Amino acid sequence: MLELALKGSKRYYGWIAFLLVLIGIGSTALVDQWINGLTITGMSRDVSWGFYISQFTYLVGLAASGVMIVLPNYFHSYKTNKHMVIFGEFMAIAACIMCLLFIVVDIGQPTRMMNMIFHPTPNSILFWDMIVLNGYLFLNLLVGWTCLQADRQHLPHPQWLKPFIYISIIWAFSIHTVTAFLYQGLPGRHYWLTAILAARFLASAFCSGPAILLLVMMITEKFTSFKMAKNAVSTLVKIIAYAMCVNMFFFALEIFTSFYSNIPGHMHPILYLFEHASSGLVTLMWTFIAFAAISITLLVTPRFRNNYKLLPWTLCILIVATWIDKGLGLLIGGFNPTPFETITSYWPTTKELMVSMMVYAVGALVVTVLFKIATEVKAEVGHSQKLDCGCSSEDTCECAPEESPVEA
Amino acid sequence: MKNSRRTFIKLAGIAAAGLAVAPKKVLASGGGHAPVKVNATASHAKHWAMVVDTTKLHTAEAIDELAKVCHHIHNVPSIEGKKEVKWLWHDTYGHSFPEQENPHLAEEVHERVFPLLCNHCENPPCVRVCPTKATFQRPDGIVAMDYHRCIGCRYCMAGCPYGSRSFNWGDPRLNLDLANLNPEFPTRMRGVVEKCNFCVERLAVGKKPACVEASNGAMFFGDLKDPDSEVRKVLREKFTIRRKPSAGTEPSVYYII
Repeated sequence: MLELALKGSKRYYGWIAFLLVLIGIGSTALVDQWINGLTITGMSRDVSWGFYISQFTYLVGLAASGVMIVLPNYFHSYKTNKHMVIFGEFMAIAACIMCLLFIVVDIGQPTRMMNMIFHPTPNSILFWDMIVLNGYLFLNLLVGWTCLQADRQHLPHPQWLKPFIYISIIWAFSIHTVTAFLYQGLPGRHYWLTAILAARFLASAFCSGPAILLLVMMITEKFTSFKMAKNAVSTLVKIIAYAMCVNMFFFALEIFTSFYSNIPGHMHPILYLFEHASSGLVTLMWTFIAFAAISITLLVTPRFRNNYKLLPWTLCILIVATWIDKGLGLLIGGFNPTPFETITSYWPTTKELMVSMMVYAVGALVVTVLFKIATEVKAEVGHSQKLDCGCSSEDTCECAPEESPVEA
Repeated sequence: MKNSRRTFIKLAGIAAAGLAVAPKKVLASGGGHAPVKVNATASHAKHWAMVVDTTKLHTAEAIDELAKVCHHIHNVPSIEGKKEVKWLWHDTYGHSFPEQENPHLAEEVHERVFPLLCNHCENPPCVRVCPTKATFQRPDGIVAMDYHRCIGCRYCMAGCPYGSRSFNWGDPRLNLDLANLNPEFPTRMRGVVEKCNFCVERLAVGKKPACVEASNGAMFFGDLKDPDSEVRKVLREKFTIRRKPSAGTEPSVYYII
């Protein structure tokens, strides 16, 4: 099926070229990092993880989030989602690749990374994170590719695949739980040392991940004949709404526990982020709260939720809110105050951001190629295609053909 | 350059001779049972521990003097600012014992500064989190590092509740006085974590840790599991505290207050 990614319009090739240019520009900073070391980043003795690891954490959420489409389809036979499943899986592949790349660019001696396999250490959560991320990447490649190939040949999905599908659904929860365990098992970091961190990670993943996926799908619809079923979209938006509410509820639990108990270690990181940090960071943290409130308001009000002109903006606001929380504040708040109850400020350097841009561009490239293949196959077999009236062929709308295409 | 048949045959002969010797060399280096003997003068303990008498050692100058000795013999680079590398340093009471501060602490104690170093915890989080066993606990309790196995993931730095670990963000040799290195201890390369090693290399030849030796009797070092050891004697007699007891790490460095 890879050949489908090779034939495309000028615009398609233009976009690929643009991404390659971004990767090229970013890689100059990476080469600099390889020559001079991580000294080119803003990280320090006290804030020893930074932008790379926080992006990794955020993207594990994106990888896990595909399960919000896959799970209803397979566990609840919610077949409205069936033509969306492949995109959830392909997005997970791109996210896993970005996660692994963010780890590779973060480690000081990348040439030694195989030491994790040569000297396996089951007491280290990082060892397990490596296992679950690679495993999830493999499962999604296997399941996604096999299903799409079967669709293309008008064959039913093979029976032997079922166990892998069910494992991958459970596995999705494991990747973000294990990623949370990286943080929440450390004795000296109060902001992370909380039993609810894994649950909060999952909640935040299940709102931000599907939001990113929906946005990318909306863009995909603009450039291809693919059209999401309306019911699938509205279900997904409801899932996003619930997950965001749960996410902020969990955040409120953190606030209550910290401030009612009045335990200094629990209060200090929150006070730092929202009050004492640099004005830029404090503004960002309050932006997170404001955007979270706006996105929840827009998502729980049916009139706004069902307004598809407004929806992309709602999703953007939600993504910004969750990203500030988990892709920035989580790391900075975890390291500040330091073990000496002092403050060491952190802000990523331009080079650090360039390397991150490179990784994101690689992810975008993988998404582009995989989504191109998937949409081409969907067009070939006539699944979930755009109709003249703007509906999807999966919708039951007046302009839809009387008999929906034969199920493969 | 002349490539005659004669030189070719010569080179081929040398290569053949090399091949004949090579297998033995591989055996010698790859056996995993290098013929290493423990030094007869080495010091041994069931669990090494340190006691710092802060009634005697409590000025920045005195501690910096010890740090200078330590950093010199271990080739620790001197870097200013947030990316510094340090094995032994001084800090205030509030920074050293944040959980054990109160606003009306005896002035004399509050004004002391304290030497900080790796605590060589009995239950070290850094060893727990390291994904390659580059940081490990020796049978004698010392938390040691293999700088050649470390991948530089810095998980141990996040895991250490005492901020005892430093990372080589750049090449450490750029910040070392290369003319004045200690040739008996290796320098590190960039991209690896490092920290105090309780002077394992000195214990192995029967010496005490460098800071203990230079402290004029303000630091004690010995076997915590031996009731007759000097450290146990001091601990029995003097009131001591450890850093962040709530972290459950059981530090092996005690401070006499």
